[in-house]
Amino acid sequence: MAETTPNQPVTKPPSPFVENFKTVMKKLKKNKAAMIGGYMIIFFFLVSIIGPWLTVHPVTTPDLTNRFAPPSTENWFGTDNFGRDIFTRIVHGMSITLYIGFASVAIGAFFGVLIGVISGYYGKKIDSVLMRIMDVLLAFPGILLALAIVTVLGGSLQNVVIAVAIFSIPMFARIVRGSTLAVRKLEYVDAVRALGATDVRIIFRHILPNIMSPIIVQATLRIATAVLTASALSYLGLGAQPPTPEWGAMLSDGRAYMWDSLHLTLFPGLAIVAVVLAFNIFGDGLRDALDPKLKD
Amino acid sequence: MTTNLLQVNNLKQYFPIKGGFFGRRVNDVKAVDDISFAVKEGETLSIVGESGCGKSTTGRAILRLDEPTSGEVSFNGVDLLSLNGREMRKQRKDLQIIFQDPYASINPRQTVRKVLDEAMEIQNVVPRKDRADRMMELMETVGLGRHQLDRFPHEFSGGQRQRIGIARALAVDPKLIVCDESVSALDVSIQAQVLNLLKKLQKDFNLTYLFISHDLGVVRHISDRVMVMYLGKIVEIGDKKSVFDNPKHPYTKTLLSAIPVPDPTAERDQIVLRGDVPSPIDPPTGCRFHTRCPFATDKCKEEVPELRQDADLMKDGHNAACHYIEEIESGEMKPKYK
Repeated sequence: MAETTPNQPVTKPPSPFVENFKTVMKKLKKNKAAMIGGYMIIFFFLVSIIGPWLTVHPVTTPDLTNRFAPPSTENWFGTDNFGRDIFTRIVHGMSITLYIGFASVAIGAFFGVLIGVISGYYGKKIDSVLMRIMDVLLAFPGILLALAIVTVLGGSLQNVVIAVAIFSIPMFARIVRGSTLAVRKLEYVDAVRALGATDVRIIFRHILPNIMSPIIVQATLRIATAVLTASALSYLGLGAQPPTPEWGAMLSDGRAYMWDSLHLTLFPGLAIVAVVLAFNIFGDGLRDALDPKLKD
Repeated sequence: MTTNLLQVNNLKQYFPIKGGFFGRRVNDVKAVDDISFAVKEGETLSIVGESGCGKSTTGRAILRLDEPTSGEVSFNGVDLLSLNGREMRKQRKDLQIIFQDPYASINPRQTVRKVLDEAMEIQNVVPRKDRADRMMELMETVGLGRHQLDRFPHEFSGGQRQRIGIARALAVDPKLIVCDESVSALDVSIQAQVLNLLKKLQKDFNLTYLFISHDLGVVRHISDRVMVMYLGKIVEIGDKKSVFDNPKHPYTKTLLSAIPVPDPTAERDQIVLRGDVPSPIDPPTGCRFHTRCPFATDKCKEEVPELRQDADLMKDGHNAACHYIEEIESGEMKPKYK
């Protein structure tokens, strides 16, 4: 046959996953704000892993002789109403914050993606029922919903994670449903269906891998929201219980002394702002970088 | 070449139009409305017609990619529409499809190796240890190099991708392949290559094709028999020679007169239709073509013409759905152009 391509030695071409990652990184690097956000996130991780070994002051033991000490070379961020070093507590609180952010988003994303993909793939009645449930969840302001869930379950760090996860579900479900609807109509899905593939295979091998971008972006942005909501719940006394060095709880503790000793609330507040900001600007940058329509 | 591999009886495919507050079924798009035909083993039956006449829908309904509303699709004696999910998945081994858009028909995240491997794994046609050899064989069969096995779809041209699509269909040793506008998206030179490949494969593997196309030139090249559809109905069916050289339905005549002749000096007797195809939501009563047919009478508006054969004018197996085959042929009826 004349049109047959001649055989050449079998070489493995570069994987498009690596290529794709490279182009995304290239676009991301052009976006200064996103890079700053990214470096901040890396820094937060380092702090949460290494930080606790480097701090010298105790985290929870009160030192009543040294209450309300202003920032100094000894206590960088000062001490609180029990004389505990605020810097130490913020460093130790970092891992709690990241844990809440990642755990709640992971759980929320898992169920949200599952609901979204089932809704989008099967459509009809299942879709209507699931999406109306999601609408009900969406109708509540996030913090109110989380508040209600924590009130029912009881206040603890674990329950805050569950509450934030639940109110993240509808966001993921809606985005994934939309993307699934778009991908499901493509001919390659029909092609594998014509081959006799089961629904499970089609969903996990052919639909999910092709809708990862919006899920990743949404997850990054949701982490910021999750951190904020979790802090708010702790501030209201429903989340982490004292003496856990959770930032929202620290804000709450410091509130009574705000006029005399600003550093009790200022530094935990700044820490929350920094984390939320970092994830938000990184998520925005990631969205631009992953959007194939915004080439260069 | 005598047994009917595929027999379609009274196939209907209605798509509901939902409306109102509770999403009630307001009306239907009657994409395919009560058609019956048969495909013999080893032949190529082409379905032609303009956009929206239901040709792709017919192909998809036969493969149950969309569930047909009613009818019977009997393949090798098995009624496909009565099978449950598991049985149907098994049966799919014998029925494959090659799509129109080579850019949309392959998962962009799978290498060719994965695409072919998955096809064989799903139907479990080749033992795992022999799959690599079979893949090499398939690549050669469709005219691709072995070294291209580990490449991703975006590294191929449209024609090459279409070959991958063909290789995927062949991987499960099918009996019937539905080619849904399979060459329409390709350049003319590539079209010829792919068509010749399809012809060669048919000879080598005794394949049966249901070839869906709007390109009459392509259809003339590849078909054994041709079926012309208009608004969800079959208007004419017969072997290629009969339909192309002795068309009996006014619509077929119109369609054939639209084929460009590569000769600028040739005198052409072109029939130009007025208006557009009516909506398949409320198709015209009687003969669906009566709104645009230059020969239409009151009878056409009321009575649905059945597919029939005039023994004097048509060969065996050549059928057309028109009330006035004889009158038009004898010149008794003249076209009325308003």
